[in-house]
Amino acid sequence: MPPCLCASVVKRAGLMSQHTPKMSLAVWSLTKRELVRFVRQRSRAIGAFLQPVIFWVLFGAGFSGSFSMQGTEGGPSYAEFFLPGIAAMIVMFTSIFSAISVIQDRNEGFLQGVLVSPVSRTSIVLGKLCGGTLLAVLQGLLFLGLAASLQFTGLVDHVEWNLSVTGVLGTVAFLALMGFGLCGLGYIFAWRLDSIQGFHAIMSVLLFPMWLLSGAFFPADGSGWLRWIIAINPLTYGVAGLRRVMASDVASVAQLPSMGVCIAVSVLFAIVCVAIDVRMTKKHRI
Amino acid sequence: MSDPALNVEGVSFRYGDRQALRDVTFAVQTGEIFGLLGPNGGGKTTLFRILSTTLPVQEGKATLAGHDVATSPDAVRSAIGVTFQSPSLDPKLTVGENLTYQGHLYGLTGTVLKQRSDELLRRLGLSDRRGDIAETLSGGLKRRVEIAKSLLHEPRILLLDEPSTGLDPGARHDLWRYLSELRKEAGVTVMVTTHLMEEAERCDRLGLLSQGELVAQGTPDELRASVGGDCITVQPSQPENNLATRIRERFNIEAQEIDGAVRVEREQGHELVRDLVAAFPDDVKSVAFGKPTLEDVFIQRTGHRFWDEETPDGV
Repeated sequence: MPPCLCASVVKRAGLMSQHTPKMSLAVWSLTKRELVRFVRQRSRAIGAFLQPVIFWVLFGAGFSGSFSMQGTEGGPSYAEFFLPGIAAMIVMFTSIFSAISVIQDRNEGFLQGVLVSPVSRTSIVLGKLCGGTLLAVLQGLLFLGLAASLQFTGLVDHVEWNLSVTGVLGTVAFLALMGFGLCGLGYIFAWRLDSIQGFHAIMSVLLFPMWLLSGAFFPADGSGWLRWIIAINPLTYGVAGLRRVMASDVASVAQLPSMGVCIAVSVLFAIVCVAIDVRMTKKHRI
Repeated sequence: MSDPALNVEGVSFRYGDRQALRDVTFAVQTGEIFGLLGPNGGGKTTLFRILSTTLPVQEGKATLAGHDVATSPDAVRSAIGVTFQSPSLDPKLTVGENLTYQGHLYGLTGTVLKQRSDELLRRLGLSDRRGDIAETLSGGLKRRVEIAKSLLHEPRILLLDEPSTGLDPGARHDLWRYLSELRKEAGVTVMVTTHLMEEAERCDRLGLLSQGELVAQGTPDELRASVGGDCITVQPSQPENNLATRIRERFNIEAQEIDGAVRVEREQGHELVRDLVAAFPDDVKSVAFGKPTLEDVFIQRTGHRFWDEETPDGV
């Protein structure tokens, strides 16, 4: 450090201490940080993105002959059926990474610095969730763009989906809604955990099955108990909503929950998760 | 006298069954550098976390800059700058980015934020590091960024938890010079925790924290003077020769047994050294003689060595 550190820096001390931080500024700053971190950890970005793409190609090819939707003749190919499911999987993976970053923030020490600052605890939660959601939407859209071009390579069956303005906007909206809810859900677990290993357990026994049983992987028309699980899974309504806005043929989604129910359940789920997140963040953690 | 910048009254804290703080009371005046000295596990970090609003007050009351941590934590947070013992930088962001989001958290933006960051980076000798990713910096440089970060919003009170961790002696010296300049020129109040005696010597006043209790407080000189005279430590030639008892009986003075050694405080201690060695020529292995240090104060107040407490439970 240079010899004289005094002068004007210190003379003003105390004058600016009364600044009240704006919530929007804090949320934006914390959100931006999530994006920058994501870009700087490329392996994470690539892994989270490529795995679902591979799943889509492989399952799409594997089930291409045997899959048929109940009640529809010559309906969508499995690749087409699975497309919104994979978009949901990407959202799920991104939210898992967002949750893991909560644990990282705590372990790396970044979190303590944020907690002693005067920003509202709500801003801390919203910054984290908005960052995760934004990444989820961007990756989801990137995947859909990639999927559109992949089908011309012959690797997957023909897929068709609604590319009208409302269709695309609806897709973005549902990706965001699912992302927000799932990031909020991940935060609930991550806040209490000190190790990423611990979170892996949550991921395998809770989050991944949640995706599997959301109508993303196979239609929700199985046997009795399975049907019930799918019906009480909040993600089911996110996936169903996404299917509805993406469907090129309305008949193929007729059996799904109505749009109103999809929106209501997804919004409610996100609100409940955020409320729990904020409540936990406000409480001191010993 | 004006209200103290930092006031702690009867603060107790327990983690489950373990009592981490017991009825701690002290005040720090505006512009003072107050040091909390104690071994690791003595309760320093718990107290630090209460004052920095990351642990709740279970019992007692703590106010900083006139704001109660329990009832108006946000007002406290705006008034304090905090440097943690462990890092709090985002390792993936650059130095400049770390300062920018820190500024945003405190409501600083635009030119004001830019000027403040530039100024602090320059004064902490970090100007050429602005674009470096935090995790690539050496420990000492990271520490400086931490300090720059905590000063960014011009806090009235600075809380530093073991600030010298990872600093080489030169950087440590600079840090302390900077702290006293801040105090002198801007009336910033500084509370620092440390387990280093030489660092404690630089504080205006000290509180000695042992097993969750504040066992003494005062200026370093006052504390040393409280020990009285000189300190003599005798190592017996055999561990079980009851030397302490025999010294007590022979010279009619107080002798403490610490870790097998015998410790005596005495005015004109050099005379006692001579008498001791003459009286027990075969029982004394070695004698250490010196003016009391802060460690002696600690031993006198707690009856055990400073480093003995370095166990997780502080027992």
